[in-house]
Amino acid sequence: MRPFAYARAQSADAAIAAMAQDARAAFLAGGTNIVDLIKLDVAQPGTLIDIGALPLAAIEVATDGSVRIGALARMSDTADHTAVRSGAPCVAMALNLSASAQLRNMASIGGNVLQRTRCVYFRDVTQPCNKRQPGSGCSAIGGDDRKMAIFGANDRCIAVNPSDFSVAMLTTDATIHLRGPAGERTTPFLGFQRLPDDPALDTNIVRGELITAISFMPTALTRNSTYLKVRDRASYEFALVSVAAALDVRNGTIHDARVALGGVAHAPWRARAAEAALIGKPAVRATFAAAADAELRAAKPQRLNGFKVVMAKNAMVRALGTLGGAA
Amino acid sequence: MALGKVTRRRFLVRSAIPAIAAGIGIGVPRLNAVAQAASSVSIVPASGPGAVPVTLNVNGTEHAMRIEPRVTLLDALREQLGLTGTKKGCDQGQCGACTVLVDGRRVNACLTLAIAAEGKKVTTVEGLASDGKLHPVQAAFLEYDAFQCGYCTPGQICSAVGLIAEGRTRSDAEIREFMSGNICRCGAYTNIVAAVKAAAGHA
Repeated sequence: MRPFAYARAQSADAAIAAMAQDARAAFLAGGTNIVDLIKLDVAQPGTLIDIGALPLAAIEVATDGSVRIGALARMSDTADHTAVRSGAPCVAMALNLSASAQLRNMASIGGNVLQRTRCVYFRDVTQPCNKRQPGSGCSAIGGDDRKMAIFGANDRCIAVNPSDFSVAMLTTDATIHLRGPAGERTTPFLGFQRLPDDPALDTNIVRGELITAISFMPTALTRNSTYLKVRDRASYEFALVSVAAALDVRNGTIHDARVALGGVAHAPWRARAAEAALIGKPAVRATFAAAADAELRAAKPQRLNGFKVVMAKNAMVRALGTLGGAA
Repeated sequence: MALGKVTRRRFLVRSAIPAIAAGIGIGVPRLNAVAQAASSVSIVPASGPGAVPVTLNVNGTEHAMRIEPRVTLLDALREQLGLTGTKKGCDQGQCGACTVLVDGRRVNACLTLAIAAEGKKVTTVEGLASDGKLHPVQAAFLEYDAFQCGYCTPGQICSAVGLIAEGRTRSDAEIREFMSGNICRCGAYTNIVAAVKAAAGHA
């Protein structure tokens, strides 16, 4: 590991100010991603600014009923929290299906949203990668593309976002709260993580900004949600394909729906075509299959991952089937 | 380990010192600029990248040490404190051999910076027994023969202590799922589940 300096921030503003002092500074929260990337030499921070002592770990229910998850809340604590479990079950499920118990005890919610791709070429500094070294090329294109994207990719990057939590959050119309050199701002969760138009940018965060919280409003829709994750082994593995789904079914008819896919794109993929095909239709298997087909019509698989199209369809039908009741 | 006797481990550690020192010497000039930039941060004083004073509380004992910020808790435990019970497997958070408890919760020591663990209570497999008596999880691993080569065992045991504290032992399936962060290449999983179940009082 290359040497770096270390500073423990006592306030969010001090942490943000410290970022301005070293162009190669980076925040350290749970450390599960940045420390790994430093070891791989993918990340080369001059200074790590430890934000672990900041009072941003609380999970609170506001007077209006919205749930605010502090950016430093651990994945494990978030998964166990009653307000999250009841307000958006798919979020708790997604968290418990992520990584391992040890990593979930370390990793923060804010860091989870910012984690880098697991693309093997991104993580291997001997290989060209447009995300790690802009302009050097994409080794995944024409390489081992089995785990790569089937939606939203381009000729510069076909990597996928590894976060399960982010996929689940797309069922909730969540908001990201940020604090930076220019003060505080909020931004919709949807769209915060980017498609690879500029592969170097994973999200729309501004340098020096800190995620302080993520909030969502529980509704009849979000309370009836589920998360299904399909992977190469039964546990402790990233998704080949995952589905977060939420249905508001009234008298057998789908009143509202949210569907998002993981493991298929550079950002969690909101399945809008599927949602449109669900709303107003009877909550039956034929509807779910038609919705899945509607979404996957636009899929563009790589050489080795055509299976993801079939897998995504089956996973969507199965996930929706557990919510809709009727088979 | 008898005092004064040169063991294999001590020999290796001593032999490695000149090489490590040489490595540090090469690295210093390039890093001066970074160190100076960091020291100009008035609001958040930065330390390092050279060794800085760090006090670690491990198994109830405070250790005043000098550690570079880049040193992981795993390396500090093994290389500086000689607590080699905690094992280095993948060193990437993918195997669980390095599992220790920090403030009572199981974490991967390989992805934890030692300097960031200052002010917290670290418990390793060496700190589980008390009054000369094995921890119930250690005793159960012996009773149920929950290992073969033993390399992953300290991590499995620390992880199981954390698991039981979390209350995630309601079924074999739950134990398996919530112990999945500890890989056993020998495949001793069946007996590990039995040992964890017994230690949790569900036998």
